[in-house]
Amino acid sequence: MPHRTFLAFILPSLAAMFIFIALPILSVAYQSLFVSHPRVTVEVETCGPFGCSVETRVDTEAMAELQRESPMGQFNGLGTYTNSGHLAFDDLAMIWASSPDWTTAAKSILNLPFYKALAFTLAFTFIVTPLVIVFGFFIALAVNAIPPLIKGPVIFLSLLPMIVTPLIGALVLFWMIDARGVIGATLQLVFNDPQLSLKASPALTWVVLFVYGVWHSAPFSFIVFYAGLQTVPKDTLESAMIDGASRWQRVRYVVLPHLMPLVTFVALMQLMDNFRVFEPIVGFSAAANATSLSYLIYSDLRAGDAPLFGSAAATSMLTIIGVVILLTPVLIRNWRNFNRKT
Amino acid sequence: MTNRAHRLSLPLTLVSAGFVLFWLILAAFPFVWTVWGSFKVEADFFSYSNWMNALTGPKTELQTGGQFTGAAYHGSWIEQGFWKSVVNTAIITVSVVVISLTLGTLGGYALARSGFRYAFWILLVALVFRAMPHVTLVSGYLLPFFQLNIWGFLPTTIIVLVAINQPFTLWMLHSFFLSIPKDLDESAMVDGCTRFQAFRLVVIPVMWPGVVTTGLFSFLLAYNDFTVTSMLLSQDNQTMVPKIASFLGSTQAEGKVMYAVAAVVSAIAPLFVLVLFFQRQIVSGLTAGAVKG
Repeated sequence: MPHRTFLAFILPSLAAMFIFIALPILSVAYQSLFVSHPRVTVEVETCGPFGCSVETRVDTEAMAELQRESPMGQFNGLGTYTNSGHLAFDDLAMIWASSPDWTTAAKSILNLPFYKALAFTLAFTFIVTPLVIVFGFFIALAVNAIPPLIKGPVIFLSLLPMIVTPLIGALVLFWMIDARGVIGATLQLVFNDPQLSLKASPALTWVVLFVYGVWHSAPFSFIVFYAGLQTVPKDTLESAMIDGASRWQRVRYVVLPHLMPLVTFVALMQLMDNFRVFEPIVGFSAAANATSLSYLIYSDLRAGDAPLFGSAAATSMLTIIGVVILLTPVLIRNWRNFNRKT
Repeated sequence: MTNRAHRLSLPLTLVSAGFVLFWLILAAFPFVWTVWGSFKVEADFFSYSNWMNALTGPKTELQTGGQFTGAAYHGSWIEQGFWKSVVNTAIITVSVVVISLTLGTLGGYALARSGFRYAFWILLVALVFRAMPHVTLVSGYLLPFFQLNIWGFLPTTIIVLVAINQPFTLWMLHSFFLSIPKDLDESAMVDGCTRFQAFRLVVIPVMWPGVVTTGLFSFLLAYNDFTVTSMLLSQDNQTMVPKIASFLGSTQAEGKVMYAVAAVVSAIAPLFVLVLFFQRQIVSGLTAGAVKG
C-alpha cells in the first residue's frame, strides 16, 4: 500500500489519538510544573454600629490579573514532584534519620499519601493478576469437563461479573457485605462476632478489594483459557496417556505448555488493567483504607472548590512512568517478534 | 467427550462439577440477589434483624401491602430524574460506537495491509496508549476544556471516548483484517476498484462479524466508563454510572439507598440482554487478541 493511501486511511484515527491521548500527556507534563497562584489577600476595615473590625479578604481583582498574566499558575519546577504529597524526599530523609529500624521506617513511609497509594496499587496488581490466572485456569478445566449441553448457560452466567460496569459490580458486592447485607450478616454469624465489619479494618478492606478484583477478572482468563483448551492436540494427549502419564501429568506437561502464550497474554492484559484500579475504591467507599494512584489523581481533581491540577498532573506523570516500566518487557518482546518477521 | 483421554473418574467428576457450581453461584448470585432485593423496601434489603427478611419481605408487606414494590424504581427514574441519564447514556454509547467503528475500520485496514515499519510503530504506540490510566488523560483535558469552554457537553465526551477507544479498536480490527486474505482486495483492484472502493465494497462485507464484535466492545467501554463521564460531564448531562455514584452521597444519607439499588439494576439489565444475544461474539472477541498474541 503506498504511503499516501495509508496516510489517508489512518489519518482520522491517528488525529483522534494524537489530540486526545498524546497532547493531553504533554499537557499533563507541562501542568505538573506549575502550581496555582497563592491567594492575594487584602485587609479590609469594616465599620458597623458596633465598632470597626479588620477582615482579610481574597482580592478577586488582583487574582484575575495574575490569572491573566500567567494562566497556568506559578512556575514550580519539579517542586510538586518532591513535595510531601508525592515523592516526599524531605519526609523520607527525616523518617530515615529518626527511625530505629526497618519496620518502623516502612510503616511511616507507608503513611505518606503517595507511597500508601503506590503500595496498594502494586499489591493489587501483583496479587490479583496471578490469582485471576490460576482461578480462571481451573474454571476452564472444570467447565471443559461438563456435558456440552449446559456449557452455553454456564458461559453466559460466567460472563456477567466481567461485563457489568466495574463501579456497579463493586456496589452490588458492597451492599451484600454491608453488616446488614446477606454476606456481612452471615460472616458475623459464622465468626460469632456481631462487631465484625469488612469495611472497618484496612487489612479486611484490602482483602475485599482483592476478592472483587479476582471476581471481576476471572471470567476473562476463564474464557481465554477455555478457548485455548479446545485447541490442545488430542494426539499428544493420547500419546502421553499411552506413555503412562497421569491426569495431572497430562495437564502439567501437555496442556499447560500449550496454553503458555495465552498465559502471557492474560497476564499482560491484567497487569495493564489492574494497575489502573480505581472504580472499586469508589464503589466500596474504601478510600480511607486503600487508595490507588488513579484514585489520588481523581481526588485531587475533585478537591473542593479549586481542583489541584498541578498535584494531579504530577501524580499522573509518575503513574505514566509506572505504566511504561510495567510495559517495557512486552514492548521488547513485540519488537523482537517484529524483527524476526521482517 | 467419548475420547478416553477426556473421561474423568467419578470423584474427579464430582469435584469438577462442584467447582463449576461454586463458581456459578459466585458469579451470578450477587446479581440475582440484587434484582430480587430491588423490589423490596430498604428495611428488608438491609435488615438489622435477619437477612432472611430480604427473601420474605415482611416490612415490604407492612409498608406497601404487597410482596413486591416498584417504589424504588419510581423514586429513582421519576423523582431523581434517572431517565434523563438513560437518554444521555443512549446518545453517548450509540455515537461512540458508530464513530469509533468508522475511524477504526479505516485505520485497522490500513495497518493490516501496510507492510511498512511505521505501521508496527503505530501499533506499539497504540498499545502504550491503551495502557494509560484514563484518569491521567482526564487530568490533561480539564484545564484546556475549561479554557475553550467546551467542558460539560455530550459531544466533547463522545469525542474523548472515541479517542480513548481507538487504540483498542485499532488492535482488534487490525487482527480481524489480517485474517482476510490480501488477494481479495487485490483482485478487486485489478478489476478496476480504487483502494477505497475495494475496502468498502469487497472487504467490509466479509468483515461484518469482526465489526460487530469490535462494536460490542466499544459499546461496553462507553457504557461502563466512569472516569471520563464523571469528570467531563456537567450535572445535567450526566450518564447513568456517574448518576448512580452521585446517588450514593446525598441520597444515601436521606435513607433512599434503594433508589441507587433500583438504578443499578436498571443499568445492569441492558448488559444482561446484550450478553444473552451476543455471547458468541463476546467470547470470540475476548479470544481474538489472544490467538494473534
